[in-house]
Amino acid sequence: MTIFSVYIVNRAGGLIYQMDHHQPKTEVEKTFSFPLELQLKIVDERVVVAFGQRDGIKVGHTILAVNGDAVHGRKLEDGRDILEEIADSENYPIAIKFGRPKLSTNERIMLASMFHSLYAIGSQLSPEQKSSGIQLLETDGFKLHCFQTLSGIKLIVLADPKQTGIEVVLRRIYELYSDYALKNPFYSIDMPIRCELFDKNLHGLLDPYERTGFYSTSM
Amino acid sequence: MTIYNMYIFDRNGTCLFYQEWQRNKSSGMPQEEEFKLMYGLIFSIKSFVSRMSPVDFKDGFTNFNTNFYKLHFFEPPSGLKFVLNTSLNVESLRESLQYTYNSIYVEYVVKNPLCSLNAPIKSELFKEKLDTYIRGLPAF
Repeated sequence: MTIFSVYIVNRAGGLIYQMDHHQPKTEVEKTFSFPLELQLKIVDERVVVAFGQRDGIKVGHTILAVNGDAVHGRKLEDGRDILEEIADSENYPIAIKFGRPKLSTNERIMLASMFHSLYAIGSQLSPEQKSSGIQLLETDGFKLHCFQTLSGIKLIVLADPKQTGIEVVLRRIYELYSDYALKNPFYSIDMPIRCELFDKNLHGLLDPYERTGFYSTSM
Repeated sequence: MTIYNMYIFDRNGTCLFYQEWQRNKSSGMPQEEEFKLMYGLIFSIKSFVSRMSPVDFKDGFTNFNTNFYKLHFFEPPSGLKFVLNTSLNVESLRESLQYTYNSIYVEYVVKNPLCSLNAPIKSELFKEKLDTYIRGLPAF
């Protein structure tokens, strides 16, 4: 029972706040002998598993480290190309750590604006009059809850599919946003939120989910 | 409970089949354009979800809700896409969509040598069977 992350998107689709609350561990390290059974490919300057799921390594995972050395894009820290290292039988046995790719800030901004337009299209393709956009998007791994305020700000929470009571959390986040971001004299509207108090209170709101999965309204 | 309409797309985005049972608002654009927009929506949601997800998942996107309707989505491994819009109080229709694929699409389109696979479905038998099945659902 967890809340994974919170996004706040402004009226124009720009990401103004993002926080990761709980990041599930998806990292797997394994020692391989030559030749490697996995098929790898380069996607967006990352080395990604293209085929051959095994031992918790999934298609779509990227290489995070080779023999304990962290990876930067498709190269190792000292500039050696990963695919070349892996193709060379001299380097075996080799320990490779795989995991879900971490989202960069730019990707998050892109995903946020992508959701902004999906929201609008969801409302346009509605078979019913006066429908809003996407409020709840379900997958078997997580649920995305979206609350659009009257002023057009979208509050987005990613949570575990079994987590309940997210509507209350969304409204509480809106309250915190109005109290600690909007009332901050140094905050200009539609700009990224950098308010310490907002951060602190948001953590205070979400932390109980980490411990008990239970939300008390007395907070 | 209401079932509004249904779309079936092939893996390239061609709309193979569309039927509406009840629809109170048109999208305000030619039907061809609407199909493209719907396919684009589904395609983008799939890519959005796979990148946004903090965990590894199996089926990926299954449905979304707005405040007035619920869109159910099912994709067999062959890349066909089944999209069904219903009212909000309908439970997951995953199994019904799976049945539509297994026992209606495969039976009356794939096993019909006169149906070409990547073009809109013209078979009257398929349309009739699907219509009967959907009308028979408890959610209808």
